Amino acid sequence: MKLASITLAAAALLATDLALAQAKEQFFPVLTYRTGAYAPNGTPMANGYVDYFKLINSQGGINGVKIVYEECETAYDTARGIECYERLKGRHGGATVFQPQSTGLTFALTDKAPLDKIPLITTGYGRSDSQDGGAFKWNFPLVGTHWVAADTVIQAIGRKEGGLDKLKGKKIAYVYHDSPYGKEAISLLQERAKMHGFDLLLLPVAAPGVEQKATWLQIRQIRPDYVLLWGWGVMNSAALKEAVATGFPREKMYGSWWSGAEPDVKDVGEAAKGFNAVMLQHGAEPESKIVKTILAQVHEKGQGSGPREEVGQVLYMRGVMSAMLAVEGVRRAQERFGKGKVVSTDQVRWGFENLALDQKRLDALGFGGVMQPLSTSCADHMGASWTRIHTWDGVKWTRAGEWLQADDQIIKPMVKASSDRYVTEKKMTRRTPEDCQS
Amino acid sequence: MGFFLETLFGGLMAGMLYALVALGFVLIYKASGVFNFAQGAMVLFAALAMARLAEWLPKWLHFDNQVLANALAIVAVAALMIGVAWAVDRLVLSRLVNQDGIALLMATLGITYFLDGLGQVVFGSDIYKIDVGLPKDPMFLFDGVFPGGVLISKEDLYAAAIAAALVVALSLFFQKTATGRALRAVADDHQAAQSIGIPLQSIWIIVWSVAGFVALVAGIVWGSKLGVQFSLSHVALKALPVVILGGLTSVPGAIVGGLLIGIGEKLSEVYLGPQLGGGIEIWFAYVLALLFLLIRPQGLFGDRIIDRV
Amino acid sequence: MLYSENGQFKSNHRADLAIFPIREDRIAIALLLLAAFVIVPVIAPAYLFSAILIPFLILSLAALGLNILVGYCGQISLGSGAFMAIGAYAAYNLHTRIEGMPLIASLLLGGLCATAVGVLFGIPSLRIKGLYLAVATLAAQFFADWAFLRIKWFTNDSNSGSVGVAGLKVLGFAIETPAQKYLFCLAFVCVFALATKNMVRGAIGREWMAMRDMQVAAAVIGIRPVYAKLSAFAVSSFIVGVAGALWGFVHLGSWEPAAFGIDRSFQLLFMVIIGGMGSIMGSFFGAAFIVLLPIVLDNVPAWFNLPIGTALASHLTLMVFGALIVFFLIVEPHGLARLWSMAKEKLRLWPFPH
Repeated sequence: MKLASITLAAAALLATDLALAQAKEQFFPVLTYRTGAYAPNGTPMANGYVDYFKLINSQGGINGVKIVYEECETAYDTARGIECYERLKGRHGGATVFQPQSTGLTFALTDKAPLDKIPLITTGYGRSDSQDGGAFKWNFPLVGTHWVAADTVIQAIGRKEGGLDKLKGKKIAYVYHDSPYGKEAISLLQERAKMHGFDLLLLPVAAPGVEQKATWLQIRQIRPDYVLLWGWGVMNSAALKEAVATGFPREKMYGSWWSGAEPDVKDVGEAAKGFNAVMLQHGAEPESKIVKTILAQVHEKGQGSGPREEVGQVLYMRGVMSAMLAVEGVRRAQERFGKGKVVSTDQVRWGFENLALDQKRLDALGFGGVMQPLSTSCADHMGASWTRIHTWDGVKWTRAGEWLQADDQIIKPMVKASSDRYVTEKKMTRRTPEDCQS
Repeated sequence: MGFFLETLFGGLMAGMLYALVALGFVLIYKASGVFNFAQGAMVLFAALAMARLAEWLPKWLHFDNQVLANALAIVAVAALMIGVAWAVDRLVLSRLVNQDGIALLMATLGITYFLDGLGQVVFGSDIYKIDVGLPKDPMFLFDGVFPGGVLISKEDLYAAAIAAALVVALSLFFQKTATGRALRAVADDHQAAQSIGIPLQSIWIIVWSVAGFVALVAGIVWGSKLGVQFSLSHVALKALPVVILGGLTSVPGAIVGGLLIGIGEKLSEVYLGPQLGGGIEIWFAYVLALLFLLIRPQGLFGDRIIDRV
Repeated sequence: MLYSENGQFKSNHRADLAIFPIREDRIAIALLLLAAFVIVPVIAPAYLFSAILIPFLILSLAALGLNILVGYCGQISLGSGAFMAIGAYAAYNLHTRIEGMPLIASLLLGGLCATAVGVLFGIPSLRIKGLYLAVATLAAQFFADWAFLRIKWFTNDSNSGSVGVAGLKVLGFAIETPAQKYLFCLAFVCVFALATKNMVRGAIGREWMAMRDMQVAAAVIGIRPVYAKLSAFAVSSFIVGVAGALWGFVHLGSWEPAAFGIDRSFQLLFMVIIGGMGSIMGSFFGAAFIVLLPIVLDNVPAWFNLPIGTALASHLTLMVFGALIVFFLIVEPHGLARLWSMAKEKLRLWPFPH
């Protein structure tokens, strides 16, 4: 009798276990920085990211597979980020993809992720050379990198001047966050400076970038024609305030896509009018279909992660776009490996490498007018290199409308040289063509 | 030449602002022998409270006047800082009497973390605005003498004036009032002061409250300039070289030290920085302080450290 | 009753001077080492290695080094992050620029570079004392922060300033899996702990303690302050430098100067103070406390299913951390090591009352 009841109990447990295993869940870890010096910028991004997952779940998941997500606070500290990575990579059946949200952490995880076979998406930050999928199998700098941003900013300035040749003899100051994030773009700017003959002046600002008086006094002395701002967090608003205090015209300032969001300018308000920033395709999109959908299906039901006013803002959209790319990668993997099934990290990596988001699909997703079509391949893990410039008018961001595309003639050789160097340093071999087909 | 003057003025005014934060350190060290590493966190806490209360009070009490909101907020935050002072004394300092300096230093570091976390839990971790009407645009002097004029930031000028006024007020307080005299007695010798009937506990609470008020003023000034956010507590790290340069126990030392460090920092960053690639401000200030200390190990105006065997 | 030296007699000086004179202590340490070297690598999950054990070991090594300077010699140093950085970057340069450089040699030579700089920044300690010295050592910290960002030679002309190492090998054995990394660090920690313990029990350790307790009296009886203080800086920076190199190579894999910033220096100082100044055991206790506490606090909401957001949880962790530090300083200002020795004292009598 006792044996029978034990067997029954064991069978019941086994059945529940199987049932649980069949509850189809795809786990997405969410690395955030909602605290610390970069919290004002990290919070809306995290909210957008999580809201998109909630939206997909409310629509039935990815072909029926529910999204499970868990947040882990890194406070923009690389060591804490590594701890979060180690903690979350095996949970809920295994992490599908990591988005480090920090260039420093990207460098650290680029070494670990291939060993654990987990893809990394780094939309608009991270290693610019990871565009080369032949060397960086598991890195996906989708939609753009720092080199793309820097290249298109110079193009925009060139257009404003009436031609890139008009840049000869001009002075461009590069005010940057003294960290891998800020330094990544320097090599491309130096390349462009050589090509067009303008003076590039490097002005590093020690993290977190609160103290910039000396930097802007120097700018007042040098009187550059343009200032490029590559800051993050508090550094951006501090820079704009110092620009006001030293009387540097904000129209002549161009920020990166990490320096051109609401938290950076709303403190300065009217005084920041004229400040431009290059946009990672999307800007502030309050009128877009996806924003309206999220408001209707997530916020109306009281499920919003943050305040309503935040929905549609620049960094919120960044989070939404990053989440969308992650989900589309899983969807693409499902198309090949089994619709409606939970995909493994190898499979989703293939998905990211074979993304084909055409205009029709983007419109259906609600990103029409927000993004350009994107398609990745083995050689190109970036997928697109379009940007736009938007300008702060004192109250909101407005766009000029023209799309800019990064110049592959300049970027591709630099990417090749850098990734070759990486391959030699790490004593790896490049991927074979057969490996690309898998 | 014009640019040199600009940098010099900029440095002097930055120095006054550092001195404002350094004052808090000096006050507490003078009176209780504790090196209050939590001063930066107190500046942040006071600034956060000020920014948020100035926003919330009009909503809670249904009025619209910005000036009134600011005034009420200042009063409320001053009371809050007195509360913080009382709590720190009751819960931490009174239980660590007679411990050596390093334990007290570590305790204040613990208080730093606590205040940082508490401030962000209660008031939030976004960037907040303090608007006490300090003008933001620059002023150009001597337009005829130097091309383009010499740039003086009006905001910094007002801030330096506030700092100077505060120093004068504090000096008067210490010299002329009975409480001030009691504070100086306690700073000289705790036991002697106790033996003539000065209540140490209340003196410490008063000192921490005054330091809290100084933190509030520093928080308003710095917060108005830079915006109030977690990174404001890093301002304290810039004030430390001022404290050791001027001497841990001297209020005029904090001012002189502040001016020296301010000038040294800005001049080095502007003239030496480009040679070395830039970003040298913060370590230059410390190295400057270190060099001064090698000549006078107790700081410019500090009390001589006497080793007794 | 269980733990007393009844019946244990020493018949020569050597036995008397042993590190663990009591037999029960020797057995306990032997068991601990057995568990650490043999049992843990087999049964522990990978997360435990990567997130808890390896950081604990490396940081306890660093705390050991700092304890020599702060605890045994009484010189407060807030610049230990800089020495970790110097050790890490020096080891990186040796490892990357010299073909076939053995790993252990790069780590140790990295430590020696840290020693050189440590002695340099220790020279002010001959003139400056106390809190002034503490703040002056921050000059080392910020200078190192800046130097590793600005001087391209240190980072092998890396584009972004981030450096990394891969494919670590010792005598042909790869150091790749978490268990292998753990054993590698454990070996370093054991060797250094033994060396440090013997150093502080010897003449030089006594010189350091004399300097700490009463510098003038020590000078009067013939201890040269220059030699004592600079040797403390040298030994301390060496150990901290090796720990820094291990932190970069083994734990992070790829790092930037921010990994060795001022927060790291404060963290090490906390470990020394909370663990117990002037105690080898204390460095380990302090490191365990500081490494484990944030992780435990971060996971508490998950364990108890409290629906608080990660931001609030993070802030609360900060508050609890600060409060616990103050609590420990009030309850036992001499640190966890003192609590441990009190426990051992009580254990000698247990279960008898006196």
